[in-house]
Order: sequence, then structure tokens, then C-alpha cells
Amino acid sequence: MANQAAIELKNITKTFGSVVANKNVNLVANRGEILSILGENGSGKTTLMNMISGIYFPDEGEIFIDGEPAVIASPKDAFDYKIGMIHQHFKLVDVFSATENIILGLEEQGRYNLKAAEGRISAICEQYGFELDPKKKIYTMAVSEKQTVEIIKVLYRGADILILDEPTAVLTPQETQKLFAVLRRMRDDGKCIIIITHKLHEVLSLSDRVAVLRKGEYIGTVETAKTSETELTEMMVGKKISLNIERSEPKDPQVRLEVHHVNCSNREGALVLDDVSFHVNAGEILGIAGIAGSGQRELLEVIAGLQKSDSGAVLYHNPKTGNVDNLQNKTPLQIRELGVRLSFVPEDRLGMGLVGNMDITDNMMLRSYRRGKSAFLERKAPKDLAEKIIEDLEVVTPGTTTPVRRLSGGNVQKVLVGREIAASPTVLMAAYPVRGLDINSSYTIYNLLNEQKEKGVAVVFVGEDLDVLLELCDRILVIGGGKVTGIVDGRTATKEQVGLLMTKTEGGKQE
Amino acid sequence: MIVEFISRAILLSIPLLFGAVGEILTEKSGHLNLGIPGIMYGGAIGGVIGAFLYENACGNVAENMNPFLAILIPLLSSMIFSMLMGLIYSFMTVTLRANQNVTGLALTTFGIGLGNFFGGSLTKLVQSDLPSIALTKTSRFFKAELPFAKDLGWFGEIFLSHDFLAYSAILIAVLASIFLTKTRVGLNLRAVGENPATADAAGINVTAYKYAGTIIGSAIAGLGGLQYVMAYADGVWSNNAFGDRGWMAIALVIFALWKPSMAILGSFLFGALCNANNYLKGLGTETQELFKMLPYIVTLIVLIITSMRKKREHQPPESLGLPYFREER
Repeated sequence: MANQAAIELKNITKTFGSVVANKNVNLVANRGEILSILGENGSGKTTLMNMISGIYFPDEGEIFIDGEPAVIASPKDAFDYKIGMIHQHFKLVDVFSATENIILGLEEQGRYNLKAAEGRISAICEQYGFELDPKKKIYTMAVSEKQTVEIIKVLYRGADILILDEPTAVLTPQETQKLFAVLRRMRDDGKCIIIITHKLHEVLSLSDRVAVLRKGEYIGTVETAKTSETELTEMMVGKKISLNIERSEPKDPQVRLEVHHVNCSNREGALVLDDVSFHVNAGEILGIAGIAGSGQRELLEVIAGLQKSDSGAVLYHNPKTGNVDNLQNKTPLQIRELGVRLSFVPEDRLGMGLVGNMDITDNMMLRSYRRGKSAFLERKAPKDLAEKIIEDLEVVTPGTTTPVRRLSGGNVQKVLVGREIAASPTVLMAAYPVRGLDINSSYTIYNLLNEQKEKGVAVVFVGEDLDVLLELCDRILVIGGGKVTGIVDGRTATKEQVGLLMTKTEGGKQE
Repeated sequence: MIVEFISRAILLSIPLLFGAVGEILTEKSGHLNLGIPGIMYGGAIGGVIGAFLYENACGNVAENMNPFLAILIPLLSSMIFSMLMGLIYSFMTVTLRANQNVTGLALTTFGIGLGNFFGGSLTKLVQSDLPSIALTKTSRFFKAELPFAKDLGWFGEIFLSHDFLAYSAILIAVLASIFLTKTRVGLNLRAVGENPATADAAGINVTAYKYAGTIIGSAIAGLGGLQYVMAYADGVWSNNAFGDRGWMAIALVIFALWKPSMAILGSFLFGALCNANNYLKGLGTETQELFKMLPYIVTLIVLIITSMRKKREHQPPESLGLPYFREER
């Protein structure tokens, strides 16, 4: 079974308009192995996999399955070749149950019978060690459960070539370990597993071989056992990048923002922030670490005036006037009128940060349109700003008039951060600013944050990668289950220490 | 009087039920078809044209008419009209990706204009004194009731005295309900309306489902127009008499929470509410008009309650009104 080519790509090329997403890609994936596809954002990994799963059709090149030439014109064709793809954005119908989603689109023999399907799903769960309630509706599920549904969906269809697009991006470390265990079991079962990722340590711990793409081109395939993190990074980015993030000593730290005993409930009435208190100094980066959904988002939104808090205070020390203002439960406009220059880079870039259908210039105006004097829009300044950001931050775009949603993730983020920094803030809050970004773009963002810090801005950085937090931040606040579980020094703290704090209240909550 | 009231309410409810079931199937495919009033109107005039031609072909003598053909011809011509309009809608919104609301509203205007054009032309053709055409001979075939219905008193009048299209409407609603919840194709159709990208990735032909859902839905809705002319109005067509039944059918879809079985009950309630003013003594004209608002007010109340309860199963299909294009990034 092992080392038999399941799928082979030859000279695959795909273009979208003038953008070349894939150029002459050659790739082999074998049965009984896990192949990682590694590449920066916009390197064409997902496009390539979409062509195998029938979402896109290649412009040029050939695909061979088990040595036979194959034409995959639609997802249905892909199923016929037993190819199953688990997309980064889950393709599930929210109001359907797990079972309904799994059997969707199938033309099974016999009459429509949900009970029988549920039985078969349970059998698959048992075989590979999944946990899933087949009757549960998708909209009540956690992200990891939805992913389980996606994987079972392709297994149910008898897929033996599985493609997973950044499966760990939304999982906690424990869930990731569980997923990896399942994937290894499938590999041992003789399936061919292709996993798209840009997390190097996962590539090294999971896969048998690694194929690297760079800017749509195929660079090469190496065996995981014979490679190293440095070699892979080099293949991926084309040049060696120092893994060290610069960190300067904070100059003249003064308290800029204080949060006192803030409590906040969500719509269902559950407490999402529980007596949170901390302060941020000017000229430092305060990192916020925590398992996803521990209240990071609500915390930033309370400060930015987007979310009402039940009690507590958010005090801002105005460096110009020396006044101390309470920002609690004020609207963003009221906060701005107090003379507080607060910039917020939200997690949901195209939902809260930018308007996807508007171009870069118009998105700049979202922050400055109030400055106009007449009834007509003042376009010159925002256009200049847009051009400056494109040049300074090396945004890859055809021009200032391109709708933002057409840019790749990293470029969208550069536009957003660029705009927020251009407002010369005194407090800059960034939620997962490097999520989904490749290494180069990530470093651009780190450098921008550092620049702001040196200018005396109080920077709040919510991150997920502990290594980055420990290298970038002066202090790290750890949040768990809506509580502050500890504030540690970024220079002396260890990864284990922070990891322990992150999981601390998880147990405490159950008491 | 109560028996008459109930019987009348049922008669009034049937066009709404057809319209609503047709629109539910359409909306389950992700199409918010606001052309339904026009399509129902088109279905009505289609039936009128078919009946008119057949009556003329038989020399306008009832004895020459074959009962089977007298029903089949208007039925088919009605469905051809409404399905063509459904096809136009699908072609515009799926193939050309035009805005659904604009297309639907245009189709409503178009359907009503089309109906009035043919209605007016036929009226002129028969040189009638009244601004209407009477197809009472055809209507008689449509309204044929069970021979023993009259002997069964109130039971017969309420349950057995209706035209065959009325029973078809309820049957179609029940079948639609079973189709949506208990069949594989129904599951696929719902998936297309909820999340076309997911359906596409699951190997479902989204375009085909959207076309089929919309065209079959339109045919069903068009029957509502036909039933109105042939059974409710005794075969008498006059321009604009159909009124706002099309809009009421769309309101009924919301009232029924996109469930055909609920639409049966809802249509009866709407029919009763529309009719109540005729049975309450001593109402002035202005109060009568207020009564006619009741179906819409009830719909608003349902909307308020469902949005307060936030149950996902009671929400419209998630991608309702949104175009789908596979390679869009």
C-alpha cells in the first residue's frame, strides 16, 4: 500500500484575471503517508487543492490519479475519484444536523433513511476515534466539532485521498493533538492525507513529506525526517529570516490606560469578563495571551466602546491635558470627542475593520470623513494616505481603486494596520494582527507595532503564538475563562509558565 | 351563517395557499421571488386565455365541451404562463446574476401588465358591455363538486363543497411538506437555499436546483391565480380584480415560517381574517378597510415573536436573496 502514488499533478497552471495563482506545479502524494503543503499566504496552496477537489478547473496541466489521467471538473467528479477536501471555512449548513450535512448530495442506494446513516456515522467515529453526536445541529456546535463533521463527511463518502486546508488554525493545542492522532490512524489505514499549513512545528511533527510552494510556484518536496525548520523556512520564503523579533526597552513608562474591575456579560447572560483589572503603560507592548474565546475580544471591545460592560471603570490618562477620563460605556464617537486617540485593529478584518466592497481610498475615509468641511467628500488626503500605505507597507494591489476584498489576507491586514497607525494613536489595540499572515507580512506587522511603541504609544497585542508573544511583548497578561490569571514579564517568563496560566481557570470554572 | 363563513374562508384561502407553497419552494432554493403577485396574475390570465380559446372552438356551447379538456386546457395554459415567468426570473437571477428584488418587482409589474393587456383585449374581442369576460361554462367544470356533498349538511358544505383545485392545493402543500423534510432531493434543495457553496461542494447542481425550485414553485403559485378566476370568481375575469392576493401569499410564507404544512393553517386564518368584515354587522367602509389589514398585522406579530425567540429553524433560508457564483473570491 505504502509509497504508491495516489495523486500526481503535472504542470498545473491557474490564473485569475491577471493574477497567476499557480504556475507549473508538479506534485506527488502517496498512499499511506501524510504530505504537508507548506507556503506563505497567497502562495497558491488553497487554489491548488481546490483544483484537485473540483472547485476550480486548471487552465493548463494534467492530474493523474493512481497513474490514470483524470479530469476533475466538479466536486462530484472529485468524489468519484474518492477525493475529499476539508475546507478552511467549513462548508456546512447551519440549520441541518450533523447527519443531514454528512449525507448531503449523496446518491445512496435505497430510500432516504436518516437512522441508517446515523448508524454508519457512529461506526466511522468508532473506527478512527472521533466524538460526535449525529443529531446535533451545526449552529450549536463548537468549531472543533464542526471540523469533525467535515472530516466524517468525506470519510462517509469513502474518500481515501483527504485534503485538509489549515485544519489547526481554529483549534486549541489539545484539539490539535486529537486531530493529529486521528490523521495518523487514517494514514496507517492506507489513506493519502494532504495537509495545508504554514505552522512549521506541525509540519515537522505530523507529516512524512513536505512540498513547498512559493508565489504559486512549486519549490520542491523534502522528507520531513531529513529536514529542519530553517531549511523549510528558506524554501518557503526564499531568503533566510532571523527569527528574532527586536525588542527595545520601554522608555519612560507612564500609565496610559487603566482597567478596573470590569465585568461584562454576553447576550445569553453568561459572564465573559470577570473582574478584570490591569494597566497599560505608554511605550510598551502589553501582550494578551489566552485560549481563543476566553474574553479577549470582549475586553478590547469594552475599551474601544463597542461593548457595554456591567461594572468597573476604564481610565484613560490623557498625556496632553493630564486629565483622567473614564471611558466605560461611552460610544466610540464620545471617546474620540474626549480627545482620546484610540486605534483598534479588530480580529474580524473585513467585518469590523474594513468594508470589503469599497476600495482602499474609501476605506481610509472611514476614519477621516468627519474632517471634511463642506458637504462634499475630501478625496485628496485619503488617496495620498492610501498610496503611502501601499508604498510603505508593500501592499500588493493593482491600485488604490481595487476593492479591499480582492486583496489577500496579509495585504488586507497591512491596509487596516496602516490606516490605524496613520491616525497617530496614543493607544493601539490589535487583535490577532498576524492571524493567517505569512512570515514576511507578520514581521512587517511586528516592526510596525515596535515603531509605535518607541513613539510612546501604549500597544495592546492579542496573540495566539506564545513564541511571538514572549519575544515581542514587554509584559504579558494571561486571560482564562474571562479572568486575569496572571501578568508576567515578557523577558523572563517561560512558555510553560504562560501555558499553565492559560489553562488555570479552565479547572477553576468547573468548581 | 358560521358554516357559510368557514366555507367562504376556505374558498378565499386557496389562492393564498397555492401562492405561498409555490413561494416556499422558490425561497427554499434561495430565491426571494417578489414576482409572485405577477406570476399568479399571469397564471390566471393564462388559464383565461386557454378557456376562452376552447370555449370559442366549441362554438360557445356547453354541450360540445369535453369536461376533461375544459379543465386540462386552461390548466396547461395557466402553467405555461407561470412557468415561463419563473424561467425568466431564474434566467435573470441565476444565469445573468441580476438582483433578485429588482427582477422580482419587475416581474410583478410585467405580469400584471401582461394580464391586463390580454384581459382588456379579450374583453374588446367579445364586445362585452361590462369590462370583463365571463367564462362561466368552463368555470362550471372547475367547480364541479361531489354529488352527495349537499346531502351532508354543514359537514358537506365545509369540507366537501369545494372545487377540485382547492383539494389539490391542500394535497400539494402536504406533498411539499413531505418533499422538503423526508426526501433526499428535498434535503438538497434546502441546502441550496441555506448555503449554496456547501451544496456545490457536496456535488449538488446548484443551478439546476435553483431553476427547478423556482419554475415548479411558479407553476404552483400560478394555479392560485387560476383557482381564483375559475372557482372564486365563477370564471369572470376583470382587470385588477385579483387585488393584493399575491402580496398576501408572500406574507403568508413568513407567517408559516417557511413550512408548507403551516401554510395550510395560515391560509385559512388569512382567509377568515379577510372575510370577517363581511360577517360583522354595522361596519363602516373605513372600518372594513382596517379589517383587511389584519393578515399583515398578524404577519408582523409573527415576525416580532420569531425574531425575539431567535430559533434558527424559524429563520428564512440563510442565503435567501443572495446570488451564487462558484469562482467568486
